[in-house]
Amino acid sequence: MKIPIIYNVRSVLQRPVSTALTALGVALVVAVFIGTLALANGFRAALARTGSERNALVLRRGADSELSSGLARETASIIAASPHVAVGTDGRPLVSPEVYVLIPLNRIADTSQVGNVVARGVSEQAWSVRANLEVLQGRRPESGRSEVCVGRRLVDRFPNMRVGDKLRFAGRDWDVVCHFSAGGSSFESEVWGENEQFMPVFRGQVFQSITFRLADPGAFEEAKRVLEGDRRVTVDVYRESAFYVQQSQLLDRILRILAILITGIMAVGAVFGAVNTMYAAVASRGPEIGVLLTLGFRPRSVLASFLAESAVIAVIGGLIGCVLALPVNGIVTSTTNWASFSEVAFSFRITPGLLLAGLVFAVVMGVVGGFFPARRAARQPVVEALRE
Amino acid sequence: MRYARLVLANLGRHKRRTFLTITSVALALFLFASLRTVVTTIGAYGQWGSARRLVTSNATGIVFVLPLAYANRLRALPGVEAVSWANWIGARYGDGKRFFANFAVDPESYLDMYPEMVLPPDQKEAFLRERTSAIVGVRLLDVFGWRLGQNVTLQGTIFPGDWTFTIRGVYTVSDPLINDDMLLFHHDFLDERIGRPGIAGWYVLRIVDPNQAAEVAKAVDDLFRNSSAPTKTGTEQQFNSTFATMWGNVGLLMNTIGLAVVFAILLVTANAMMMSARERTSEIAVLKTIGFPDRTLFGLVMVEAGLITLTGALIGLGGAKVLYRATNFNAAGFLPGFDVSPGTLVTGFGIALLLMLASGLVPAMQAARLPVIQALRRVI
Repeated sequence: MKIPIIYNVRSVLQRPVSTALTALGVALVVAVFIGTLALANGFRAALARTGSERNALVLRRGADSELSSGLARETASIIAASPHVAVGTDGRPLVSPEVYVLIPLNRIADTSQVGNVVARGVSEQAWSVRANLEVLQGRRPESGRSEVCVGRRLVDRFPNMRVGDKLRFAGRDWDVVCHFSAGGSSFESEVWGENEQFMPVFRGQVFQSITFRLADPGAFEEAKRVLEGDRRVTVDVYRESAFYVQQSQLLDRILRILAILITGIMAVGAVFGAVNTMYAAVASRGPEIGVLLTLGFRPRSVLASFLAESAVIAVIGGLIGCVLALPVNGIVTSTTNWASFSEVAFSFRITPGLLLAGLVFAVVMGVVGGFFPARRAARQPVVEALRE
Repeated sequence: MRYARLVLANLGRHKRRTFLTITSVALALFLFASLRTVVTTIGAYGQWGSARRLVTSNATGIVFVLPLAYANRLRALPGVEAVSWANWIGARYGDGKRFFANFAVDPESYLDMYPEMVLPPDQKEAFLRERTSAIVGVRLLDVFGWRLGQNVTLQGTIFPGDWTFTIRGVYTVSDPLINDDMLLFHHDFLDERIGRPGIAGWYVLRIVDPNQAAEVAKAVDDLFRNSSAPTKTGTEQQFNSTFATMWGNVGLLMNTIGLAVVFAILLVTANAMMMSARERTSEIAVLKTIGFPDRTLFGLVMVEAGLITLTGALIGLGGAKVLYRATNFNAAGFLPGFDVSPGTLVTGFGIALLLMLASGLVPAMQAARLPVIQALRRVI
């Protein structure tokens, strides 16, 4: 026969302070669990969204990032002429040979410190090659002018980023003519200008990468094989989406290991806390348990009842933890992606799946923490329990 | 001390509970020490740098190079004692998963510039003599299982192709903040391989008088202001601090998590300790009846709480200190000089004392104020 749940509710209400403290402990563990994973999620989302499945990215062979790559103009023409490149409505190939450099900019928060911001020189086609691009304010830079468009995540973090401002880098003033969004991707942390304008002021006549729209997204492998086998060029071809995911791997792994390590240790501490609380609860309820057993409840029911009690306390804690963690959703933070050495801004991202994981984590903590005390309660000899 | 046995007996009554409580305090403080050390290490790196060294790099950004011809003009500047230069080549070894710094340096002047890198004289000699040789940090040697005299081949990323070097020297560091997992080789070898473009990634200058750092830095930048490659010069400390800030909000994040962790585990620990004290009401009543003064009982409960939290602190903080020291942890080269600082240890013990008060004060006061008759009634 099952012990009615109201018994647990009443017994919990008997010890409101210690129950609340246990639940709060679990809540904090769950909040940190969700918070740290939300950070890793946000970072990965920013880089994963950066590439499109339909695009291919070309680097010089052996280069592991856009920064270390270099491609001649000739290579760009050869690739633009490839039949694997899709053609736009105006009949021109959808290809963007790009200049990619890092420029030091002073931060707004502390002007003595600089951040390394990506400056990307793109062709006019880039705005159609790249998916999800949207000019939020102003107009696109015109060809032949010293104009730049600024990713929306940079606007509040660096000075002179408003439309109409003059931004100074590479020894020249650049007119900021627009802000753009790119579906939350890391492009939003970049300054875009025209490649032909960026080339002479930075590294001379080289591009760092070439991105093109695939004529047939299914034929990526074929395009890769043909271009990498072409004797005239020495390049590596990546699917754009896969490339940016790979660029995030290092930091993503660090964040995830950190999240698991921290919450793992915390969880052990919290489970110990739960075990302690439940042991104390069992110890102080000896006679009660004796009475339950005398009344004919099976030891199994007693075990189940105590386990349920502990799990419920943990679930309440888990729910509080979710509520505590929710406000971090959307907070923008930034760090350096060491794989490309550039600063990336991204926001904490809490997903329903993550909240669920947090709750499951809480239940596991509750069940593990309640098991040994519950077993002890169930195994108590009736006579001894009653004597206490 | 008279009551030592009584306190011990109390602790030993619920051995399992005492063990669990001590362990959770230890875990909390271990985690606290680890997170705090990430912050202090990044901070220490941002503060570090010899007052006599300046770094000159391209004003356009860290990825741009400077002409090698600047070396002579820099050397001729008043107040500059020595000049060296280096290039970042970003090569990879094996699968490329273990990142490490590899620089092309001007061997003689670079080793002279950084006396913190210690190399046996015969190895230094061999390195200087052989143009295709390299020296590596002692940690890197361990990581990849290399030997002295071995040829190693790296894959170039910025400068394509295979780069093969003979390891002629292994350096150790006298200052833990200098990476001991770098690979250094001859700048001249790089220059030749890439067709003698004559480029240096950055220059390091040693100045005569540390107080003149600002003047010399300005003189350098003025010298090249109107050239094709203007420079940006600052002290080594300023240079390092920009790298430290590249971590962004990591410090804030670590501190926040650290606090949450400590607070969470403290909650459950304090809770457990209060519960176990409450169970003892009748015992305390008996002690009072046989003549124990209130003050002694208060003290006994506090001592017990203190023993638990301080033992936990000792295990957790000491464990962190010993573990990171013994494993020579440096987060795969990202956090050189990772070591739990004395300040962190003191803060950790401070937290343990707070926990002792938080968990011991209420039960201790209850014990001292307990009305004997009422409590005894429950016993009989």
